[in-house]
Amino acid sequence: MEAKKLNLTLNIWRQKNSKSVGSFAEYKVQVSPDASFLEMLDELNNTLELKGEEAIHFESDCREGICGTCGLVINGHAHGPLPKIATCQLHMRNFKDGETIWVEPFRAKAFPVIKDLMVDRSGFDVILQAGGYVSINTGGVPDGNAIPIQKEVSSLAMDAAACIGCGACVASCKNASAMLFVSAKVSQYALLPQGQPERYRRVERMVKVMDDLGFGSCTNTYACEAECPKGISVTNIARMNRDFMMAKIKSKEVEV
Amino acid sequence: MFEIYETITGENPYKSPMMIYPAPHYTMGGLWVDYNLMSNVPGLFVLGEANFSDHGANRLGASALMQGLADGYFVIPYTMGNYLAGDKPTLVKTDHPEFEKVAKEVKDLTNKLLSIKGKRTVDDLHKQLGRIMWDNVGMGRNEAGLKKTIEQIRQVKEEFWKNVTIPGSGDDVNQTLERAGRLVDYFELGELMALDALDRKESCGGHFREEYQFEDGEAKRDDENYSYVAAWEFAGENKWNLHKEELKYEYVKQAIRSYK
Amino acid sequence: MGWFFKFLNSSIGKKFMMAVTGSFLLIFLIIHLVGNITLFFGAGAFNTYVSTLDVIKPLIRVIEVVLLGAFVLHIFNGLRLWLENKRARGITYKVNGSKENSTIFSRTMAVTGSIILIFLVSHLATFFWRFNVHDPMGLATHHQYYDVVVYFFNIWWYSILYVIAMLFLGYHLNHGFQSAFQTFGWNHNRYFPTIKKIGMIYAIIMALGFASMPIYFLLGGGN
Repeated sequence: MEAKKLNLTLNIWRQKNSKSVGSFAEYKVQVSPDASFLEMLDELNNTLELKGEEAIHFESDCREGICGTCGLVINGHAHGPLPKIATCQLHMRNFKDGETIWVEPFRAKAFPVIKDLMVDRSGFDVILQAGGYVSINTGGVPDGNAIPIQKEVSSLAMDAAACIGCGACVASCKNASAMLFVSAKVSQYALLPQGQPERYRRVERMVKVMDDLGFGSCTNTYACEAECPKGISVTNIARMNRDFMMAKIKSKEVEV
Repeated sequence: MFEIYETITGENPYKSPMMIYPAPHYTMGGLWVDYNLMSNVPGLFVLGEANFSDHGANRLGASALMQGLADGYFVIPYTMGNYLAGDKPTLVKTDHPEFEKVAKEVKDLTNKLLSIKGKRTVDDLHKQLGRIMWDNVGMGRNEAGLKKTIEQIRQVKEEFWKNVTIPGSGDDVNQTLERAGRLVDYFELGELMALDALDRKESCGGHFREEYQFEDGEAKRDDENYSYVAAWEFAGENKWNLHKEELKYEYVKQAIRSYK
Repeated sequence: MGWFFKFLNSSIGKKFMMAVTGSFLLIFLIIHLVGNITLFFGAGAFNTYVSTLDVIKPLIRVIEVVLLGAFVLHIFNGLRLWLENKRARGITYKVNGSKENSTIFSRTMAVTGSIILIFLVSHLATFFWRFNVHDPMGLATHHQYYDVVVYFFNIWWYSILYVIAMLFLGYHLNHGFQSAFQTFGWNHNRYFPTIKKIGMIYAIIMALGFASMPIYFLLGGGN
């Protein structure tokens, strides 16, 4: 069942390190349509290494679309042209023979390039840390069904929690805004009873850190939702806006 | 599940038969830990499937989740708190002689790897190792195959140290160098896995020794001699000391497990 | 009060400011359009309308100040956001797939906004200025406001530019309307699609409504 190989021209962003200036390099590859996009890059790297050239650096881990490590902008789309998949789930059969493909890193001031297609997304971790702890009763482990939660609410919280923190929202947003990511993380707690004690403090601090890190503002283009591999809804952003304003009104601290 | 299948294969599983093949899934066992989930390095706790404690020869579906929850919910909140209560945290400095020693070891290893400048890529050698493991240290294992495997692993390892090529430098991010470092670990782990399989002259769980089976092909366990967990202690290159952790059952009686 | 200014300077606060001032301007446009419709009922109707506004001058002045504030904040904040957001990207993409993931209305708010700003200046320079400050033809002083409108709308290129500006206004309003709701956090699965539709209808009515006036006079209406 060996299908015909595809001849492709790849234009890949090469950048030695965070301080140097990058540029595109052209590579011609022949690849099986059954290969995944990252497998194609693996193969290309193998040939480059044989020639003594440095491998194209890109990140990946589980290659099942659940870890959020991979992330390339392929032909102008974060995680490639197909909806609701991560880069690792993109297969070459979705490209045409003879096609030219442009591969770029996620571009944002807050995501500096480390090397080639590898970017530093640790800003997301800093935002999560700013969210702080969630109060839980220590002592005995609570019974699983002790707190009744409406099915619709738990589903919404689960939908928000489906965010894998890949950063595609930042990459696709014309303002490099992290609102979709932060709002998903805010919502997954804000929706549930367990998240109520720190609800307003959490959103206030996370938004503050998000701003400090240099992510842009949301202008409601909803490109993030369209490109998100997990289909996180922009209603989360609305919820975060609401909570943030409530936090500002309710907060008892004079200067925050 | 069917959607995932379609994304990967490009075929509609409702219309054409699904292509299924067995895949190496997980390695049984993990790092040795004590009852409190602390490894032999004081203060280093190992949780979930990274430790050896809960799943033995067999690994059932979703056990990763189960063990993660069990360790995270029931064990670590108490044991780590207990450890921290007896320890006074101080500022960590890098001038400890042990730190300097390890830092030098890593630097030396990096320089050694980069200086080989051979003809074969890390990926190529990694695949060769994978093939060896697949052939003889999969589900079905036998003495001759395992002995051969240990030889083969040593050969690939030798080939690696003579003929690997790693472009780039050690001063910056270098994923090829990272992978090479992992592969060095895999040579060790692969050999240990084969050695452990060779040592365990019985069939149990994911370990099926072809020599030890019933007439109908069911796994034949030897509870008299092998009712222990094998904890291998590192004792230099290609050397390990075996510590047997006895399995003691008070209420449950050991019996043959049959899926029939 | 420090907390309030800090809020307005946060990313969500800036959006909030855009939405509040924008919403105010949305309402202003409705009143403005309704008043201007008197143009279609001849010189008498329009002159009476403007003269009535003259009678309640103090109130109008207060509203004008608020309006000016809304405009200034909306424009200043908009330009600031545009600059900051551009900076947040850094290096731009070689290939940009934004056409497939967002509407043109949403991506061009800064551009359409700037065009509307240019229009606004010329609009104030022609009508507001003549009505209130400097009146070389002495028409406004004799409450002949209608004749000022006829004078300008009979300049064909002025009218055409006016119509084009209204087209951009429609673009701007189409996104702005629903965007304000999203910013306030009023995005509900059940109502939001309707809000988007209402926003589009609103934008079309405003653009067509205001554009219809120069077209009416250009085609010889009112003579």
